Amino acid sequence: MGITSKPVVFAVLAAVVILIGTTVTVFIPLFMPSTQPVSAYIKPYTAVEQEGRDIYMREGCNNCHTQTVRPLRTEVLRYGEYSKPEEFAYDRPFLWGSRRTGPDLNRVGGKYPDSWHYKHLDSPQSMFEKSNMPPYGWLAKNRLDTGYSFKKTSILGYGYSESDVRQQIDQYRLTVTDERYPSKDSREKITPVELRKQLTEMDALIAYLQKLGRDVKKMEAAK
Amino acid sequence: MNETGSEKYNFAIVRGFAFSALFWLVVGLLVGLWIAFEMFNPALNLTPWLSFGRLRVVHTNGLGLGFGLAAIFATSYYILQRLTRIPLLFPRLAQAHLYLFNTVIALGALSLFAGMNTTKEYAELEWPLDIGVVVFWVMFAINVFGTLIKRKEKQMYISLWYIISMTVAIAILYIVNNLEIPVTLFKSYTVYAGANDANVEWWYGHNVVGFIFTVPILAMFYYFLPKSTGLPIFSHRLSIVSFWALNFAYLWTGAHHLMLTPLPEWIQTVAIAFSIFLIAPSWGSVVNGYYTLQGNWDQMRTNYLVKFFIAGITFYGLQTLQGPLQGLRTLNAFFHYTDWVVGHVHMGTMGWVTMVISASFYYMIPRITNTEIYSVKLANTHFWLILVGQFTWTITMWIAGIQQGAMWKATNPDGSLMYNFLDTVTSLYPYYKLRFGAGVVYFIGILVFVWNLIMTVRKQPNQAEA
Repeated sequence: MGITSKPVVFAVLAAVVILIGTTVTVFIPLFMPSTQPVSAYIKPYTAVEQEGRDIYMREGCNNCHTQTVRPLRTEVLRYGEYSKPEEFAYDRPFLWGSRRTGPDLNRVGGKYPDSWHYKHLDSPQSMFEKSNMPPYGWLAKNRLDTGYSFKKTSILGYGYSESDVRQQIDQYRLTVTDERYPSKDSREKITPVELRKQLTEMDALIAYLQKLGRDVKKMEAAK
Repeated sequence: MNETGSEKYNFAIVRGFAFSALFWLVVGLLVGLWIAFEMFNPALNLTPWLSFGRLRVVHTNGLGLGFGLAAIFATSYYILQRLTRIPLLFPRLAQAHLYLFNTVIALGALSLFAGMNTTKEYAELEWPLDIGVVVFWVMFAINVFGTLIKRKEKQMYISLWYIISMTVAIAILYIVNNLEIPVTLFKSYTVYAGANDANVEWWYGHNVVGFIFTVPILAMFYYFLPKSTGLPIFSHRLSIVSFWALNFAYLWTGAHHLMLTPLPEWIQTVAIAFSIFLIAPSWGSVVNGYYTLQGNWDQMRTNYLVKFFIAGITFYGLQTLQGPLQGLRTLNAFFHYTDWVVGHVHMGTMGWVTMVISASFYYMIPRITNTEIYSVKLANTHFWLILVGQFTWTITMWIAGIQQGAMWKATNPDGSLMYNFLDTVTSLYPYYKLRFGAGVVYFIGILVFVWNLIMTVRKQPNQAEA
């Protein structure tokens, strides 16, 4: 064959062959409406939820927890309504995962109170003796860095102004530091005294977990 | 080809990459053992740096990019020079490539330990390191194409085709999947969202495995099997058909990793169809390997390298049957997200990839250092330890996967779920302990391998002549 004596022609031909499947199954779908449906019910993450999502990514939670409920009977029974494409419109990156060492989290929002998450993240084994989940109590000892929150939400195109972001952060801080916050005891038990009036990484992570799957419930209810 | 006059070739670079590969292999496996232990005993999550979520990516990147790429660079630089019959065109560029590569991998491991993680599987490195990867890849490509253009041998042999397609494909895959917008030096967001991001990621994830753990390993197989047996490859025509069919079909199949997710169904279905098709070119290489030994199967007993190659290509054959079957929608619904898939991946990496790289290094290292292998007996020990270790490892994970898949699906007569999630996890702990044990056996086999090569290089009896 002639091309086995022409390395550059060979490389170009290889590139063309490789790009055919790529174009049909990846490049063209990028611009198709079916891969990026939107719904008025699906809202972007707040600045605090986004910070929580970044902590979820930093700790590699996606290595053990998926975020896609498949349309299978037992899966819907276990986790709730199966996942819809609309609900991931703001997910950059997607966090669907590939291995369920722990349960799926796409419908975890609102399933448990915040206090459950404070206790569980601090020591999974205190609630489930044989759980193999690592403890994350140290997240409550880290003050949440919100220095880049506005820049992050701008890059992600959430459409918040700088004061929106400031307000979201302040509002969530007031929520979790309020005397009447229902999960106050569990929060204070693991949060050092000097951080109790501030937002910690743990607070943000829980805010993110509580957001998961909540908007889609409104979307489904409206159908 | 005779081995005299080897001093005109640049073998120092081959040696540099080969021993970098061995270093990252040992590091990556140690991390693997650590996380395998964490799976049944979370007490090892001692600090944030040692928690499973961070370590898992150190393991996959350390072995995929560290060990895998270094072994590929070592063998590619060797094969390239032998098959073109000229030294590397840019030896100093290759030297810089070696330093930059190890710097990027070391910083990559540290940054992943520190939690700088884009979460896109096998593309977790943050953007400054992505640029580092692209730069060293371009350095490699310049030497590949420069040397190929200046070659003295008219025809390019099969192995060079695979090296060319890898060079092109990895560049496309890596750049497209890692397009991201920086927030800080240590943080960025991908440009794709939701279902599109998933589709781009698994197009990358599937094919980066294809073009790192299949294509260049086939390049080694097609070069080192005939060299170490003295037998020509069975069918040149079959290798041509297999090569182009593999390169064409591979890129359509990424979405079989996204079965039953919110990705449009037609993309999933196309991926299933092409996955089944992919059996043909994969088995083209398997058949070519087996038939090459036709009439000379006694070499399985007399030539220690043949064992590695034949066991390796057998695992490749099993892997490429199992993969497409797992992609079928009904089977995928059962197996996906379980340890079955973990077993599948490790048969490929611990079986096929490591077996072929081992034999290639055993062939290559004595030749570039003008000596003989330190111990054939140790090489045989290495073979049996990694074979038993890997096989126990993967079979254990397949059984664990079947068990968990069945428990997730089990229902009571009234239709309610039979097991809560935690029960399905804790019932796997005996398998996780067995897997850890198998990993230790495998790791000992690898230590024997590394020791054997270190002693080979230290021996160098003909050093004065070389």
